[in-house]
Amino acid sequence: MIDFIAIVLIVTGIGFFAVGSIGLLRLPDLHSRLHALTKADNLGLGLVTLGTALLAGSLATAIKLLLIWLLVLAASAASANLIARHALERGDER
Amino acid sequence: MNALLWTLLDLLLAAMLLGLGWAAVATRDLKRGVALFIAFGLLLALAWARLRAPDLALAEAAIGAGLAGALLLAALRDEPRHEKLAAAHSRAGLWTLNLLSVLLAVVVAWALLCALEMGEGLRLAGAVTDHIGQSGVSNPVTAVLLNFRAYDTLLELAVILSAVLGVLALGPARRGYGLPGPVLGGLIRWLVPLLIVTAGYLLWVGAHAPGGAFQAGATLAAAAVLLRLGGVDRAGLPAAAVSRWLLAAGLLVFLGVGLSLAGLGYGFLQYPAGLAGGLILVIESAATLSIAVALALAYVGGWSRSGSTQPDSTQGGSH
Repeated sequence: MIDFIAIVLIVTGIGFFAVGSIGLLRLPDLHSRLHALTKADNLGLGLVTLGTALLAGSLATAIKLLLIWLLVLAASAASANLIARHALERGDER
Repeated sequence: MNALLWTLLDLLLAAMLLGLGWAAVATRDLKRGVALFIAFGLLLALAWARLRAPDLALAEAAIGAGLAGALLLAALRDEPRHEKLAAAHSRAGLWTLNLLSVLLAVVVAWALLCALEMGEGLRLAGAVTDHIGQSGVSNPVTAVLLNFRAYDTLLELAVILSAVLGVLALGPARRGYGLPGPVLGGLIRWLVPLLIVTAGYLLWVGAHAPGGAFQAGATLAAAAVLLRLGGVDRAGLPAAAVSRWLLAAGLLVFLGVGLSLAGLGYGFLQYPAGLAGGLILVIESAATLSIAVALALAYVGGWSRSGSTQPDSTQGGSH
């Protein structure tokens, strides 16, 4: 049962990654591309992390995985903000 | 089925490495080349992990992708005119480079072939496993680096030191970056303490699991890079007088331990039984600080102008 839930979570997470990547390739301007990439990927990574944490088999590993997700969340949010601000200041919106 | 999936994944990884490596070299846009090189380094770390070499994976991610990437980006910022340099190479020079690269590739391929055909010859991994009980640590990589082949690591530290002396000889550092916005500033305030704690953990855990001085030093240096990006010109390094000692500390402590042991009759870097673990930790702690200071100084590009350039300057203290 736990295996099944984990697989559903991971597959759903990969789906979010795929949507984010399609958005990166297809959306017209920088800000929408950033939006697609960071939002969808963060959620996707969260779901994959949750799934792998269920499969990890030990609480310590699960907590480490959660910590990694939080760090990636913080880093990707900050870098998205930096890229967007830089583009806004330079007026380069492509 | 499972084995087939892993093989497919490995083949995909290898193909992506080759593709990224080619793209990084072939692109005319240096900035794009650096971005591709960083992606290449991260995938290479994954390849090391697949080869069950987590120590190398950690080092590749931290130094090969992270710090080398930061160094390359800093170099691009300092010398934007280099972007035109690629086009200025002469045709003859390019052909010589190509020829040398092909020769190097042939030599490497030949060495690999020799290693593969050797079969069950002399392998050192068995010797390491047999003697690991006497090494003072239980992580075989640390046992080799700091005990069985400590000599090599000592010389590596000397190489790093002389490389940084070369960087320092190029003059003072360029101007740092402006103050960050609230988001980056907040991230740096959160990450720097976390990186320092992680470095301490990596240093300690190196005795029995993947980790050690190089990974810990690179993690500390990453904190310095973040501080510099956040507007701290000196990247959190102490005053030049202190930094100089820290820079040399790894080599000095390593040599000091080795010579003391030789003086006591044990032989150069031949740890006495029971003391090996402690001595290795002392050497690794000093090496961590030295590697961190060396990498941070290489990133800053010399002594910072806003900090003290003279050892006896009174400008030290807060950033």
